[in-house]
Amino acid sequence: MRRENAFEDLRVAITGGTSGLGLALTRLMTRCGARVAFVARTVSSVERVAQETGAHGIVGDVGRKDDIHPIALQILGNLGGLDVLINNASSLGPVPLALLSDTECEELEQALAVNLLGVFRLTRALFGALAAAARDGRGALVVNISSDAAVTAYPGWGAYGASKAALRHLTAIWDKEEKDDSVRFLSFDPGDMDTPLHALALPETDPATLKRPEDAAAEIAEAIGASLRRAERFAGARP
Amino acid sequence: MIAARHFDRRGGKLLVVGAKGAMRRLPRTELASLFEAGDLIVANDAATLPASLKGTHRETGAPVEIRLAAWIRLGDPTGFVAIAFGAGDHRTRTEDRLAPPPLAAGDRLALGPLQAIIERVLDHPRLLVLRFLGERAAIHAGLARHGRPIQYAHVPEPLALWDVWTRIAAAPAAFEAPSAGFALDWATLAAWRRRRIGFATLTHAAGISSTGDALLDKRLPFDEPYQVPHSTAAAVAAAKARGGKVVAIGTSVVRALEAAADEAGVIRAGDGVARGRIGRETRLRIVEALLTGAHQPGESHFELLKAFADEATLERMSAAFIANDFRGHEFGDSVLIARARRSPEDRAMSALVPASLAE
Repeated sequence: MRRENAFEDLRVAITGGTSGLGLALTRLMTRCGARVAFVARTVSSVERVAQETGAHGIVGDVGRKDDIHPIALQILGNLGGLDVLINNASSLGPVPLALLSDTECEELEQALAVNLLGVFRLTRALFGALAAAARDGRGALVVNISSDAAVTAYPGWGAYGASKAALRHLTAIWDKEEKDDSVRFLSFDPGDMDTPLHALALPETDPATLKRPEDAAAEIAEAIGASLRRAERFAGARP
Repeated sequence: MIAARHFDRRGGKLLVVGAKGAMRRLPRTELASLFEAGDLIVANDAATLPASLKGTHRETGAPVEIRLAAWIRLGDPTGFVAIAFGAGDHRTRTEDRLAPPPLAAGDRLALGPLQAIIERVLDHPRLLVLRFLGERAAIHAGLARHGRPIQYAHVPEPLALWDVWTRIAAAPAAFEAPSAGFALDWATLAAWRRRRIGFATLTHAAGISSTGDALLDKRLPFDEPYQVPHSTAAAVAAAKARGGKVVAIGTSVVRALEAAADEAGVIRAGDGVARGRIGRETRLRIVEALLTGAHQPGESHFELLKAFADEATLERMSAAFIANDFRGHEFGDSVLIARARRSPEDRAMSALVPASLAE
């Protein structure tokens, strides 16, 4: 299917959509004409962002197993399907940052629950819908937000870094496995941004030295557009 | 021991009933090696709604369970046809459930975070049209949070949504799981793709299978809306043109494809409603084989099998289920049944039926 604007009527779900990069993505995608559902934990923030952007706000915690299918049901019910899933919600682990030897098991569990298991569970729950979009020639895509902490061993970032490293590998393997189903998986490292998560980790950093989340959102939109154009060419080339 | 609510992916059994009535027992994992290049598998990608809602009848304060049973407009969560029960839950057999309080148009129901109004009582005191109050997003949220999958006494443990979504679940449209789809996983679909066997989906709003009331049960299935994507209509046409078989995963796919077919056997893409029953008198235009559960005589799905095979074959099939300890519920074992040849046209078609299903 040919679209003048790659985002027109695109069905996009964004986790962690009420602050930082997720908020910038929710604003940008709705402005571009996409139909957006976003997820976040706090009712008042969800209502505020839904009001501001016109996107569908869903209250839920991707770190909780019991929330996953209710979130998936609402995404699919509100959007009538799904073309792009952006797994953006992240947990830092211990705050303030801690050495691994000082990290409580529950803090590591929390980082893994949101950054790895939550992404896995939500993506699996929505995979049928993404594959259906791909069969329909719409080019389905999962974008998992990564970090340079997934690659580089930064002291103090153990819980976050380990969870993001696992997510990066999960993304790479899933992409290889599902190439033939035309559902693509992309890791995206947005760089050090001026976000609440960064402020929690490194409160002393001057925000002016950090990347604006709006700039990272624009780069992600660019990457999504490129992936969808490739999918369209692929669909067009099929007999 | 695998709990009844867990689909037995590795140990499930499959009975293959060929077009001449020959029967073979296989491990269900062998599905990946059945069918032939050029065949097309069609499955129902409906995700199952949490369609059981507990609450209170506001006029009397009496507890009720409402089971959403059919859409007024597919995908619009403001209105449903519903069945009402009184106090109790799925652990009591549906036929033994208490009746709801007397219900009338205009009555209000408090169903967790959802508020509903009874628009009409249909021609049975437990059969209603109800309307949820509020915006669609809030209704979706209320259903997601408060609703539970419809379930029956043979599975006492409460089901979660992940128990009733198939791997391919995409569109929240079904009131009970399109359970034949539990047999599919992505590895099986990948194996079929490598063998050049096609795969396509449609969405069919599979309705409830039992109301607990003999009179109401006689009317099942209710009219069920479906959507056939253009890509699926095209895939069926292409399979027919190259002489491939169309295999339905589940009775809901048979209902949708046969309802969407015109006299010439061409599938119309788009929205439609599957009405009435398929049975012995139905001449199937599209579907040549069906994967379904191990249904026994008396179940509504069993009647549909009469469109595929004669009574004698179905009797032998039932006996084979019993002899081989097949489990008959929605998380149980499977049967793949090929359409028997009855007309000269069918016999001509049979030349094209591959060996795995021809006998």
